[in-house]
Amino acid sequence: MGMRKVAIVGAGITKFVRRAQETGKELSWQASKMALDSCELTLDDVDMVTLGTAPDAFDGVHMKGEYLADGAGAIGKPYMRHYVGGGTGVFSPIHGWFHVASGMADICLVVAEEKMSSCHPHPQGAFLTIFDHTTEQPLKPTLIWIFALEMNRYMSTYGISKADIARVSVKNKRNALDHPSAQIAENITVQDVLDSETLCWPVNRLDISPASDGAAAIVLASERVARRLTDKPVWIDGVGFSLDTAYWGTRDLCYPRYVETAARMAYDMAGIKEPSKEIHIAEPYDPFDYKELHHLEGLMLCPRGEAARLTAEGYTARDGNLPVCPSGGALGVGNPIAATGLMKIIEIFLQLRGEAGKRQVPGTPRCGLAQAWGDLMQVGTVVVMRI
Amino acid sequence: MKLEDFELGGTNLKSSDFKQGTVLTTEWEPDLKYAWDNGVAIGRYLAELKEGRIIARACHSCKRIMLPPRMFCELCFRPTDEWFYVQDTGTVNTFSIARVNWDASRRGPDEPALLPAVIEIDGASKGMGILHMLGEVEPEEIRIGMKVRAVWKKPGERTGAITDILYFKPIAPARHTPPAKASAGAKKKVKTKARSKAGAARGKR
Ligand SMILES: [Zn+2]
Repeated sequence: MGMRKVAIVGAGITKFVRRAQETGKELSWQASKMALDSCELTLDDVDMVTLGTAPDAFDGVHMKGEYLADGAGAIGKPYMRHYVGGGTGVFSPIHGWFHVASGMADICLVVAEEKMSSCHPHPQGAFLTIFDHTTEQPLKPTLIWIFALEMNRYMSTYGISKADIARVSVKNKRNALDHPSAQIAENITVQDVLDSETLCWPVNRLDISPASDGAAAIVLASERVARRLTDKPVWIDGVGFSLDTAYWGTRDLCYPRYVETAARMAYDMAGIKEPSKEIHIAEPYDPFDYKELHHLEGLMLCPRGEAARLTAEGYTARDGNLPVCPSGGALGVGNPIAATGLMKIIEIFLQLRGEAGKRQVPGTPRCGLAQAWGDLMQVGTVVVMRI
Repeated sequence: MKLEDFELGGTNLKSSDFKQGTVLTTEWEPDLKYAWDNGVAIGRYLAELKEGRIIARACHSCKRIMLPPRMFCELCFRPTDEWFYVQDTGTVNTFSIARVNWDASRRGPDEPALLPAVIEIDGASKGMGILHMLGEVEPEEIRIGMKVRAVWKKPGERTGAITDILYFKPIAPARHTPPAKASAGAKKKVKTKARSKAGAARGKR
């Protein structure tokens, strides 16, 4: 295709917290500076900047991309914001990848920020306006409803129990105990999840990731520059993204076809024929515990309807055949929407380099994947990485 | 690099920091109002709801009967062809028993759970579900696959809105329904017979 190879060479992240003292700009600056420091670059080395951040309604700041530009190191540089809802954070490296793969930039700083705590009484309220204003908003929906509707459909289609699904939450919150950014890392049991407050049956409070503030950043480099900067570049070998219709009631709610479409695009590009064999480690988006299972199936890493059983068997544990969300995921590390996706990219970057500390999975994973999902449950974004 | 080797940013605040004024905040309560035009397809959809009917649009190319109606087919990317009345009955595709309001506040102990559902409307193409509510049913009796029928506001109270349908209720009375509810169900059945004229007008403008 005439495109250049692109590597991740550095990464930065803040703690994920319920309410940060820092502004969005300050969080972005902290993550961006750390990313540059990690690969011994300065802002002068950066050719272009891309920034991902989810709804302006969270921050109450219109044109959030412009507002955050200072913190993202974008002043006086070619700069673009991108936004695909919850899928934003994994779209961020894709957006940066275009800049470097095309030859337009040798070094691109990719930043993702979210500050959800500014929205009161709860950022859930801001989600009302993602529903159709005429045919759905008058029914006063919340996002939790549609997750509950999807989870129920998924459970009913395959005969999966709430306890089967709760195992994902238990696993991820436990994994997060080893992540220095983690907001709600905890050692809990399946029974704790089942006993937690029922919000919208079948969804209980501990089935859900929290609202969070946080930022993350990575540095992308062209092959020539990457090899000069590090002896462990992690290559972005496949990218995929796809959007389904906003008529979400029309979709097959037990299978995320848009994730499959995005995955196929990324797999084709990376030359992956048998994803369940060739992908060694995965960070699918897990804002709700059932979503990890849903996404593993959409990514074709588990057969349809079997992700829950494989989870119960330990297949997705940190020391399992396919470690899934070894970071602790959105359920454990926290969920500052756009920053979460990039946190997942950073986890794969560190795992492939053998630098994930206590979170390091056994063996030497050579190929990993991060995925996010969002908008009105309609977007899939996928990045395949190799060392 | 290891994350553990860096001092990570991000300072967590507690509610007490605000109450005690340890940190200062600036507040703004926006007072924004929007008036959304309903457009051609949804405009007609709402006008028909006001008359107690549900209308869809047909695309002759992919043969879908689309609900909510739309003036163009997003798959064939061509104009849709025809208005098409569908039934006010359908099947529960999935549902939830919600204790949470739109703003994440909780339903009070005396407030009944909200019962949102995706309902596949009879007469529309298979899988064409819409979001609506269930009612006149005990939450534990709801099942995926259950047949339901719209319960409409009284004609004079309808405004041309999705809420002109109050909710959908099970067509066959549930086995344990107390007698009072069962008779209300029977009354509704007579009413819907009269409305099936709308069904007879299927496919006609
Ligand atoms: Zn069509």
